[in-house]
Amino acid sequence: MNISVRNAEKFEFTAENMTWAEGQMAKYPANRKQSAVMPLLTRAQEQNNGWVSIPVMEYVADLLGMAYIRVQEVASFYTMYNLKPVGKHVIEVCTTTPCWLRGSDDVVAACKDELGIGFGETTADGEFTLLEVECAGACVNAPVIAYKKEYYEDLDNDSTRKFIKAIKSGEVPVSGPQTTDRHKSAPQGGPTTLKEFCAVQGGQE
Amino acid sequence: MLADKDRIFTNLYGYQSYGLDAAKKRGDWDGTKQILEKGIDWIIGEMKSSGLRGRGGAGFPTGLKWSFMPKESDGRPQYLVVNADEGEPGTCKDREIMRHDPHKLIEGCLVAGFAMRACAAYIYIRGEFVHEADVLDAAIQEAYADGLIGDNACGSGYKFDVYVHRGAGAYICGEETALIESLEGKKGQPRLKPPFPANVGLYGCPSTVNNVESIAVAPTILRRGGAWFAGLGRENNTGTKLFCISGHVNNPCNVEEEMGIPLKELIEKHAGGVRGGWDNLLAIIPGGSSVHMLPKSICDAVLMDFDSLRAEGSGLGTAAVIVMDKSTDLVRAIARLSAFYAHESCGQCTPCREGTGWMSRVMQRMVTGEAEMEEIDMLLDVTKKVEGHTICALGDAAAWPIQGLFRHFRPEVEQRILNYKKSRNAA
Repeated sequence: MNISVRNAEKFEFTAENMTWAEGQMAKYPANRKQSAVMPLLTRAQEQNNGWVSIPVMEYVADLLGMAYIRVQEVASFYTMYNLKPVGKHVIEVCTTTPCWLRGSDDVVAACKDELGIGFGETTADGEFTLLEVECAGACVNAPVIAYKKEYYEDLDNDSTRKFIKAIKSGEVPVSGPQTTDRHKSAPQGGPTTLKEFCAVQGGQE
Repeated sequence: MLADKDRIFTNLYGYQSYGLDAAKKRGDWDGTKQILEKGIDWIIGEMKSSGLRGRGGAGFPTGLKWSFMPKESDGRPQYLVVNADEGEPGTCKDREIMRHDPHKLIEGCLVAGFAMRACAAYIYIRGEFVHEADVLDAAIQEAYADGLIGDNACGSGYKFDVYVHRGAGAYICGEETALIESLEGKKGQPRLKPPFPANVGLYGCPSTVNNVESIAVAPTILRRGGAWFAGLGRENNTGTKLFCISGHVNNPCNVEEEMGIPLKELIEKHAGGVRGGWDNLLAIIPGGSSVHMLPKSICDAVLMDFDSLRAEGSGLGTAAVIVMDKSTDLVRAIARLSAFYAHESCGQCTPCREGTGWMSRVMQRMVTGEAEMEEIDMLLDVTKKVEGHTICALGDAAAWPIQGLFRHFRPEVEQRILNYKKSRNAA
């Protein structure tokens, strides 16, 4: 595992994140604070520009009364913790079989072409990191890209290029199916079941 | 086809709000207090008579599982743990429940938790589902604010808490003991069983781990009666099920259908049929990536339930149907799954840690045909050496897709090896 050296002398939560972290710790029994290590690392990563540095791990360990090595084990075991710096925009492309069957190769090609980088790489300007991920769990909307908190679904080469261009121009693209006439995981063209329920609009999600 | 009145997940597609008011209009949280008042024995009895088998893949009877929790507390708290670490390739049903019908899951946590004398439920959701976790959390806050859960859940006098815990990208945490380890703030490496979680689970306390769908259907079963659920499907394979139809179909989708629906009917009715027509079908993986693929000849007539698929040497698994038409390079499709398992092996057991990587590398060569003929038997032998020799089922899950490929399509791989040799000799 490629653990980067210290990039900063110090890390600590903002006041707002500290309040949030205390709420997380309260979810678990008083003597089981260690359970909060994953949520805390996740939030710390967000605050630390998308990656978990050694000072981050040490800070979380001290907060939870854990040995540093135990936090490092967790940080290196789970793939969503980035152990080296990443770009401002992290694009995660799923290439597992269900996505591959629906053309994830085209999506990957579009990403590499638009960004000029391969998997695991970051653009020279520090804007984009491209990652290959294992099954994202949205297989009936394949192929899928995960970006920030959302999934971008039913992609092809063209819509992937559009998606990346939108981010480059400072937009946050609208998530969900990137094709026309499709609502979430219902079949294209409209549901085959529950039509009366589906007629009621106003899903707030 | 299943009638809409018998569908449980009426907001599967999220046309309506996930929120509490809309959920109540759909029938959630209706008479929950009365359900609890009927008592633990009644709840477990109804769940048993419904015939519900766990929806996470293994198909263990849910009511029976609940009944394993200790009836007399020895002072340790008891926990319900909900497995929302959906990550089996092909599977995307729990995501829909959590983002569109979260109150079914939360109400299910209460009735299931009550029936197993649990003080709290922890819902372990995969880290990638950020949006889904936010929705679920918001729904939980609504339920607290409305007194449906908390110190006096639904006015029943029962104290019950529900918490969301986010994972961070490890397929193995879908294995129940790895999930518990992860929830305790450790690497997600499975534990040896016994002791089983019902005796020594989360924090060393009695715990039961259930799939999202198993928990989310419970309130409806209890409202409508176990007999209603048992009246759908076939004996020992009862009820409704969420199917995820992906791959080479015209309209991939999720849909709730009756257990035991013919595979062909499922695809043609809801997914617009196989791309290029049914005769263009090559093979289907019927239950998520871990189960054996089926060639078209079996797909023509097989029913989608636990026992029918098992009889064909495959399995219902998570009911994630991955369709592959005749344009598919099946070897590459399976090699990609082998790479998945190699990536996701937690590294604890040697046969899996070394075996998944080895199998993946050999499968990569099989894709181009750059292999020796005798390596096929060697590969199959290695799958048998991994299968059943590891703490958890990830080793089995890595072995089965390869076995399924060679069981039905061995001549194609052999031909590929011959072609590669021929091209090398010609050059």
